[in-house]
Amino acid sequence: MSYTESHGAPRASTSMRTPLGRVRNLGAAHSGTSDFWRQRLTGVAMTLLMIPGIVVVMMVLGRNQAGAAQVLGSPWVALILLLFIVASTWHMKIGMQVVLEDYVHNEKLKLAAIMANNFFSFAVALASIYAIFKLSSGV
Amino acid sequence: MTARIERPLSPHIQTYRWTLTMIMSIVHRATGIVLYVGTLLLVWWLVAAASGPTAYANVQAFTSSFIGRVIVFGYTWALMHHLLSGVRHFVWDLGYGFKANERETLTWGALIGGISLTVLLWIIAYAIGGGR
Repeated sequence: MSYTESHGAPRASTSMRTPLGRVRNLGAAHSGTSDFWRQRLTGVAMTLLMIPGIVVVMMVLGRNQAGAAQVLGSPWVALILLLFIVASTWHMKIGMQVVLEDYVHNEKLKLAAIMANNFFSFAVALASIYAIFKLSSGV
Repeated sequence: MTARIERPLSPHIQTYRWTLTMIMSIVHRATGIVLYVGTLLLVWWLVAAASGPTAYANVQAFTSSFIGRVIVFGYTWALMHHLLSGVRHFVWDLGYGFKANERETLTWGALIGGISLTVLLWIIAYAIGGGR
């Protein structure tokens, strides 16, 4: 129940939740903090994946294509890479959008830049995922 | 036509005395942008591995060249720095490390740690024969 509503007659469906409880995690539009949260979520995910990810890269170093394909296509390695790709492309999409919103002041240019950012991030994600699936299936 | 009123602007970076935390805030964003562009290397590497020996040999020719090595070294540092700088942000997000000495320690830790980890990783990479 909002401040202004409190001056009228009691409403049939009166919420017992406090204003803070209602906005916590959600914000007024129920989605305001989602990018903030996902930026942290994907950041923590990548922090956890960093050591396995480094091990994978070290395993591939110095190998030829056949050797690299064998390592990159093995199930555990592919899973680590897939998780890392999803987390990193999501993270970078949000991060770049913040940068664009901060520095690009022309409204139309900003829209175009944010759209390009989405296209780039999705393209990077899908190209990497496709490559890993292809390596995993050994085609 | 109405004349444009010259309103006072809020001070920008050239007005402030530079502090370490301020520089590192900018470096965090800069390394983020570098890593964003650097994902092209990652894609190239993975797609080449999936494409075949010739494509993969091209990647290896690039990464074993001097310029390639410098770029990959820079990418390693950007990643390690952004990682530790990001961990520093997690600490702050949880409500810790806001005292003057604490935030200085965290910031120096991320700076020195990022460089140390980069050098360490490259020593390991060369030790296991990745430098060939």
